Amino acid sequence: MNQVNGQSHSDAILVLGGGISGITAAVEAAEMGCTVYVVERTASLGGRVAQMHQYFPKLCPPACGLEINYQRIRKNHDRIKILTLAEVASVSGEAGAFEVTLNLQPRFVNERCTACGLCEPACPVRRPRQFDYGLGEAPAIHAPHEMALPSWYVVERSLCPPGCAKCAEACPYGAVDLTMTAKTMKLSVGSIILATGWTPYDASLIANLGFGASRNIITNVMMERLAAPGGPTHGRILRPSDGKPVRTAAFVQCAGSRDMNHLPYCSGVCCMASLKQATYLRKQNPDAQVYIFYIDLRTPGFFEDFLLQVERDDKVVLKKGKVARVEEDPATGNLQLEVEDIMGGGKLQLQTDLVVLATGMVPNARGAVPLDLQYDEYGFCTRDAQPRGVVPAGLSKGPVDVASAIQDATGAVLEAIGSMRR
Amino acid sequence: MEGNTRIYLCGGCDIGRCVDMEGLAAGLKKEFKPAECLVHPCLCGEEMVARIRSDAAAAPAGNIVIGACSGRLNTDVFAFDSGAIVERANLRELVAWRRGADEDAEDTQALALDVMRMAVVKARKSAIPEPFVLPEAEDAILVVGGGEAGLQAALHCARLGHAVLLVEQDGELGGWMARQHRDTPRRPPYEKNQPTTVRSLVDEVRSNSAIRVLTSARIEKIAGQPTQFQATIAQNGSAIEARVGAIILATGARPYDASRLAHLGYGLSPDVVTHEDLERMAREGLIVRPSDGQPVRSVAFIQCAGSRDSAHLQYCSATCCLTTLKQALYVREANPDAQVYILMKDMRTPGQSETFLRNVQDEVTLLRYRTEDPPAVEAAVASGADDYPLCVRVRDWLTWGEEVRVPADLVVLATGMVPTTLDAKILGLDYRQGPDLPTNQYGFPNSNFICFPYETRRTGIYAAGCVRQPMDSAAVASDAAGAALKAIQSIGMLSRGAAVHPRAGDLSFPDFKLQRCTQCKRCTEECPFGALDEDVKGTPKPNPNRCRRCGICMGACPERIVGFANYSVDIIGSMIKAVEIPDEDEEKPRVLVLVCENDAYPAFDLAGAHRLGYSPHVRIIPVRCLGSINVVWIKDALSRGFDGILMIGCKYGDDYQCHFIKGSELMNTRSANIQEALNSMALESERVRLEQLALTEYDRLPGLIAEFMETIESVGPNPFKGM
Repeated sequence: MNQVNGQSHSDAILVLGGGISGITAAVEAAEMGCTVYVVERTASLGGRVAQMHQYFPKLCPPACGLEINYQRIRKNHDRIKILTLAEVASVSGEAGAFEVTLNLQPRFVNERCTACGLCEPACPVRRPRQFDYGLGEAPAIHAPHEMALPSWYVVERSLCPPGCAKCAEACPYGAVDLTMTAKTMKLSVGSIILATGWTPYDASLIANLGFGASRNIITNVMMERLAAPGGPTHGRILRPSDGKPVRTAAFVQCAGSRDMNHLPYCSGVCCMASLKQATYLRKQNPDAQVYIFYIDLRTPGFFEDFLLQVERDDKVVLKKGKVARVEEDPATGNLQLEVEDIMGGGKLQLQTDLVVLATGMVPNARGAVPLDLQYDEYGFCTRDAQPRGVVPAGLSKGPVDVASAIQDATGAVLEAIGSMRR
Repeated sequence: MEGNTRIYLCGGCDIGRCVDMEGLAAGLKKEFKPAECLVHPCLCGEEMVARIRSDAAAAPAGNIVIGACSGRLNTDVFAFDSGAIVERANLRELVAWRRGADEDAEDTQALALDVMRMAVVKARKSAIPEPFVLPEAEDAILVVGGGEAGLQAALHCARLGHAVLLVEQDGELGGWMARQHRDTPRRPPYEKNQPTTVRSLVDEVRSNSAIRVLTSARIEKIAGQPTQFQATIAQNGSAIEARVGAIILATGARPYDASRLAHLGYGLSPDVVTHEDLERMAREGLIVRPSDGQPVRSVAFIQCAGSRDSAHLQYCSATCCLTTLKQALYVREANPDAQVYILMKDMRTPGQSETFLRNVQDEVTLLRYRTEDPPAVEAAVASGADDYPLCVRVRDWLTWGEEVRVPADLVVLATGMVPTTLDAKILGLDYRQGPDLPTNQYGFPNSNFICFPYETRRTGIYAAGCVRQPMDSAAVASDAAGAALKAIQSIGMLSRGAAVHPRAGDLSFPDFKLQRCTQCKRCTEECPFGALDEDVKGTPKPNPNRCRRCGICMGACPERIVGFANYSVDIIGSMIKAVEIPDEDEEKPRVLVLVCENDAYPAFDLAGAHRLGYSPHVRIIPVRCLGSINVVWIKDALSRGFDGILMIGCKYGDDYQCHFIKGSELMNTRSANIQEALNSMALESERVRLEQLALTEYDRLPGLIAEFMETIESVGPNPFKGM
């Protein structure tokens, strides 16, 4: 911070959110010479993309782009400060001179952690792993994920049995500190980029589609974890109820999207996501039969090529139809679907091993900073009319795919820099 | 570098349990006579880091070799701002975690010693890169195209203090958006058309003193390189010279040529028009039948006219559905009783624009046709005053395939976008590899990278807006900001001699020993970024600021005249030679694995983290890109007695994942040279193999290596062993 006309002034940028938009904004800003604070709610950078198996349409792993970006972060380690388990408590001031207070939750593991993993077997707790959307298990002390940065472990302290310190005893490096407490921290920044990302729509709210009533009805984000080598099944797509391979699967598009009772908007990515996930299944099992029930197939731009590629596979049936009901046969765990056939007329009945609900994206922007921001009725930040110095990016503005979010985050850096110049 | 070498060995994270650390230290002392070789149970602890930092700062500067975890980790911990070379040797992921404590200790020890040998040799051979700084960096930015994208980009650059030269081929600024009557909704409640803002952008640009506007102008030629491009612009018969640091290409798109759409009725009647025509009619406030000026009572929009069609544009232009909804409102505003029919395959209104669809849907009739059964536009036989001049026959799959006859006064074809880069030379780059940005199969200079949408194959030149890919007006505005940032950033980095993406910040650059050049032109042909020009004889003329430091030129050069201070044919060759090759009767084969440092190397790290074991006989060397592998390394390795060589790089082909575009593919095409080398040595072709691997496919590594080891075993030991 320095003084401009007798007033405090900072050229630093606070990037709120450490997903792909936030990482991009941080790296692009640092390579512009800016100091950047990345404030991330969870224990590591990576965000939703770290939970994905592959990106459409190239079917390449998100880890590849993360790796390049991490290398750029490492080269700029003097400019990029990563603050995890952190949330914004208060903001005062104005563009060029914001004072931000952060709440930092304790990690219970310090920077001595080498990620060697000796603590994990010592932990007596096993609980559903949030990173796998509950499909897998992890100890209370665990690595955030394979591509975690920082790679230090974290303790989910609320799960620890009273008095247990087995992880601390197992650590040869003195990295586990179960006495850590929450802290606050103050930052002076010139602008704030909101890269707060999204949360999958809560599928249990869509009563007719049976989520929660059967373990074999999963969401599209859970499918990513099943297909990922680092996921609960080491990348083998198996039925959650009995671990059997999937011979037939149905994708329900617009599950809770384009629906006035749920999300009125279209999340823009779910068609491509399901087409992509159909390729996961087909690659693993040449006999697998896949159905995709949709209202409109939305594969804009060059994504059309991917649609054509999947369409060529006669084991993938794309059908314009509205899934009215999904129910589990308790004896077999199979799922019975009733589908309104829009093009052919009438109702279809079919049975599958697995149902994937293509749920949409809900923005996290609202309430992420205690500032008077402008939102649309869905909770996305409006493109303009925000306080000077506050720049929404990526998913905080609208539901978009990864490339569009990155493109937008790059532009947000320029707007952030511009906004704090006087 | 020359000078003292200090070696630090970490015994933590199971390394000490798997490797005899004192034995390792003794071996290294004997072989390399380091000034120091120290074993510690935890090098990354505060005390040891401080110790190494002070050693690194000691004069004279020397080599610091740290044998511990992967060099991808703890980079900030072991970052010492000193004149010393710091080399990390991966004893954790590539030795201890790969082997465990229960495997053959002798093999593990030999592996650890080789890993350290390679690191020491690399440190000793390397030099700290001195950046190559071109004189007089220019920070003005050339924006080509004065539509929405170009205007926004120019304003953004000017706002951040850069002079801008904006070149527009038309007489007026504003481009496509200036010809729009209204814009689709960009802000809540997303229900109504909104006024276009392009006029105010034009005014802002015109009144900005930092922006020089040249209309009715075209780029004749651009020579040079980023930070010192020399542009020649033709305007009114005269040539204007300008020096610029970076370039933004924002020339947009044009509508697909409707004259090719006779099958959809274009040309049948003046009442069959395109989006562009209807926009003009709305602007002029006269939505009537072009044939006779009669009012329009019924309009049929045909979506995907020449789009999503393998005979025309295979892709979707992403905006035509929105444009049709916008124009449906024009028609309804002009005549509230008018019927609007929209014939579509899929209605594509992603994001919040779904709200727009919902709002307009009540005012229109949607019909769904199938690609194989497109609508037929016919002239109706006129028999009375109430008749419509046109009739569109369509099988509607929203009503189970019923044939519907849509009476129409006007048929509007929703034509897609064709990038301006497809039509003519635009930038006129004076580059050996051609005058414009390389494009995708559809002519868009689009990045192939999901994670890096601005990456073009010409450094310092960034595409924005619909020339990059079809996008709506809201996306164009933010796209222009991103391209402006990248342009400004490239000038900042390149002007201090630092590379831009993907090796952003790298200060090394390829040095060409041109006196030994034989003018074979391999480097100038293979550089993915067009960095090398040629003189008349074919000698390469390097342009350091176009270079991305992948080293593909180094891999291409048969004379081995290209190298970096810290990455050269000699450095990697010496590492290969540092590996000890056991005698044939020991029955311990040696396999060299050259891996892409961006993907395959992290995959090996992850394999280690998952404690996946594989043969202790492989020796892994990361390379900047598989394309930087010089065939001489392979020859050297084979003549030294390595039994096989495995190269693991990124996926190539249409969906290539190589960050240097075609490094792994080039290595594949060079396999002919490798076969030649094998033949000349009378060795079997199976000894050298190229594999493609994604970062997360670490679980494939044990199998992949086991299979190669079996192949090598069946081929037998390399007869050059011990020679």
